[in-house]
Amino acid sequence: MTTPLLPREHYLNVRYGIKSWLLTKDHKRIALLYLITVTGFFFLGGAFAVLIRLELATPAGDLLSSDTYNKMFTMHGVIMVFFFLIPSIPAILGNFLVPMMIGARDLAFPRINLLSWYIYILGGTFTLWAVIVGGVDTGWTFYTPYSTAASNTNVVATGLGVFITGFSSILTGLNFIVTIHRMRAPGLTWFRLPLFIWAHYATSLIQVLGTPVIAITVLLVALERTFHIGIFDPALGGDPVLFQHLFWFYSHPAVYIMILPAMGVVSEVVACFSRKNVFGYSFVAFSSLAIAVFGFLVWAHHMFVAGISVYAAMVFSFLSFAVAIPSAVKVFNWTATLYRGAIWWQAPLLFVFGFIGLFTIGGLTGLFLASLGLDVHVHDTYFVVAHFHYIMVGGAIMGYMAGLHFWWPKMFGRMYPEPWAKFAALVVFVGFNLTFLPQFILGYMGMPRRYHAYPEEFQVLNVMSSAGATILGVGYLIPMIYFIWSLRYGRAAGPNPWGATGLEWTTQSPPLTENFPVTPVVTEGAYEYSKREMRVV
Amino acid sequence: MSGHIAPVRSYVLIFALLMIFTAITVVVAFINLGPLNFPVAISIAIVKATLVILFFMHVKYSSQLTKMIIGSGLFFLLVMFSLTMTDYLSRGWQTYPVGAGKPVEASGIRPQGSGLSQGSGKP
Amino acid sequence: MSDGIAAHAPLHEHAHHPALQHQFNTMEQQQETVTLGMWLFLITEIMFFGGLFMAYLLYRVWYPEAWAEGSVELDVVLGGLNTVVLIGSSLTMALAVRSAQVGAPRATVGWLGITMALGATFLVVKGFEYAHKFQAHHVPGPDFVFEGPHARQVQIFLSLYFAMTGLHALHMVIGIGLLSVIAWMAHRRRFTPEWYSPVEMSGLYWHFVDIVWIFLFPLLYLVDRAHHFV
Repeated sequence: MTTPLLPREHYLNVRYGIKSWLLTKDHKRIALLYLITVTGFFFLGGAFAVLIRLELATPAGDLLSSDTYNKMFTMHGVIMVFFFLIPSIPAILGNFLVPMMIGARDLAFPRINLLSWYIYILGGTFTLWAVIVGGVDTGWTFYTPYSTAASNTNVVATGLGVFITGFSSILTGLNFIVTIHRMRAPGLTWFRLPLFIWAHYATSLIQVLGTPVIAITVLLVALERTFHIGIFDPALGGDPVLFQHLFWFYSHPAVYIMILPAMGVVSEVVACFSRKNVFGYSFVAFSSLAIAVFGFLVWAHHMFVAGISVYAAMVFSFLSFAVAIPSAVKVFNWTATLYRGAIWWQAPLLFVFGFIGLFTIGGLTGLFLASLGLDVHVHDTYFVVAHFHYIMVGGAIMGYMAGLHFWWPKMFGRMYPEPWAKFAALVVFVGFNLTFLPQFILGYMGMPRRYHAYPEEFQVLNVMSSAGATILGVGYLIPMIYFIWSLRYGRAAGPNPWGATGLEWTTQSPPLTENFPVTPVVTEGAYEYSKREMRVV
Repeated sequence: MSGHIAPVRSYVLIFALLMIFTAITVVVAFINLGPLNFPVAISIAIVKATLVILFFMHVKYSSQLTKMIIGSGLFFLLVMFSLTMTDYLSRGWQTYPVGAGKPVEASGIRPQGSGLSQGSGKP
Repeated sequence: MSDGIAAHAPLHEHAHHPALQHQFNTMEQQQETVTLGMWLFLITEIMFFGGLFMAYLLYRVWYPEAWAEGSVELDVVLGGLNTVVLIGSSLTMALAVRSAQVGAPRATVGWLGITMALGATFLVVKGFEYAHKFQAHHVPGPDFVFEGPHARQVQIFLSLYFAMTGLHALHMVIGIGLLSVIAWMAHRRRFTPEWYSPVEMSGLYWHFVDIVWIFLFPLLYLVDRAHHFV
């Protein structure tokens, strides 16, 4: 086997200069624009997390005032949710791979794709400006009437940032749906699509249907705050719980926007590194759609103790148990895929193992929260914080890391250093569990969330959590370093270093601007590993 | 959708129907139908919107996919309305067995402590 | 290595339509895709306005008297007139699309012009209504004054009135801007029976804005004209 070389012409070197990037219509370049800016926001959100964990290393509220601490967790949440987790996989890996996986030359609307990035930048600028001029202290959930009547921080500016960025998400989702419907290569029927595509299709449905609702909600908060019209203010006859209904109608499906793409990555990686077809392909495909649909029916499980009717709470509790089922279906099918597969222990698979275990824990603890009696006790405690970090960090970010590692050779034509990647995966896994496992216990013992001081008896667990956060931070910095290193010094990858199925692996790495010199014709399913060599590299 | 060219008179006919329904909705609004005024007004609006969607927006001649997209949008809109209202409409229901302490008055669907009368707003 | 993915002869577009974008293979694919995209965008608009309708629904159920008191303050004649104007503009918009469909650019420009004029008429009437509300101190906020036992709840009604009709009016302004661009393109003979999607897509947007008003009119102006509550 000859050593692969970098191709002579590809999408990165076809044109140089800042204008060729800022005015590009190439979905792959837009994906990289997102990669840079999303990574920036990730580390900014992480910086706020560092301050939170530093404060919480001691029981007294001695590092930051309570007002400042409120701003810390608010900015951490706003940035991580809206500027990192929601865009990460769809805008980076989705933008890069969706056209390639379906054999298309680009997305349906390339200019709208670029526009979505500019909108993201504009929204991010408003939010950054809000951070610089003093931040927001309402929590990322902006609950009224505090956010509309009492808080004297930059609610409107932050809300405007969120409002604008929402349109970026909507346009990305719209683009994906249309592309997947109308631009598949000849022979690529729905049930031959990679599960990554199914996952992004379901994600896009949520983005299109849900995001407008938070947009109008944030707009109403801004109006209420400016004109005191009474829509959410109980003193004027309004209902603050209405805000919560409208907010969570989007924000619950939003968590499925964050996890579904990662699940798509997991399906691809599991298939490739066990050299097997994904077990129960159609179940996994339909479960993505089921998660998207059911995800819209459960939002008030965030409001069980907010004053909603007990009967409504029972309905939402039941539906919240139901929404766990399709996720469980996926975990069973991935496990069945791995069973008796020819396991190839590479970094993407290590991150995926982390995902499967940690997402399962996070998901199961979600069932605890969905049951009314338990939720009364653990709502607004660290139990909830641990639950969603297991899903968002242990799940979504692990999936994101797996995807970055898996497709890095395709995107840049170079391999990252595998031993360092395995090490990073281990560091992240250890750091993550040390950070968040104690938080389940803390929450169960009664430590409330969003407090900067706590009783002395909680200190040991908090110190463990802060120590874990340090390790976790190091675990994320290591890939930053070796990924950048690999751009210059990484071994050339060749078209298909993993021996993976999928149209994106049939062309050169990095790809040509138009992806495929000749439109492929598809005649078989997505994971025909039985016909492949065991390994290519 | 491309290809089907409707004659001018079909558009004018739909316009005429929309005008008739507009007149009906205004006239009926001034007739006291009690609690039926609201559903009648909404129903007429739905009929008008349907005419615009099917004929002005050519959905009658559009693909199944277009119809499914519109349907799903409306479905989730209705989910938002109905599931949210399950909360508000059931807030006043009994939540504990009678005799288990001083009972709070079942307050109907109006907000607690708003000083407003219970039930529907009969004068 | 490329099992199952057979190479396909490069596509040669014998007649490469000037409006065909590089990512599409045929004009038909482009037109279907653009239509799908516009419909998805309209769905997002439905959900966007939907939040306001949700707030309206809750507060109407809670405060029927205030809704009646507030609604009767709105001018049903102007509201009805605006409804006729806007539905009329939908007719002229549909005729503009039809003109583009049959390759009649002058008629296209003409019907688009009338549509824009009707839209502008709607906005002018709305402006008069808003001015009247402003003078009567019925604008929610620090200057709000309302005689009646349910002033606070009427303020909520009027807040929703301004939010819903204001957002609608903003969409109309954007629509008129959009139509002026389309009319210019039609004037420059950019549309043919093979490619008139921009006209059609603008039409879909315009009709959507009309549909929102079809609901706003009875919900805001016709709440209790038979004086059931007040």
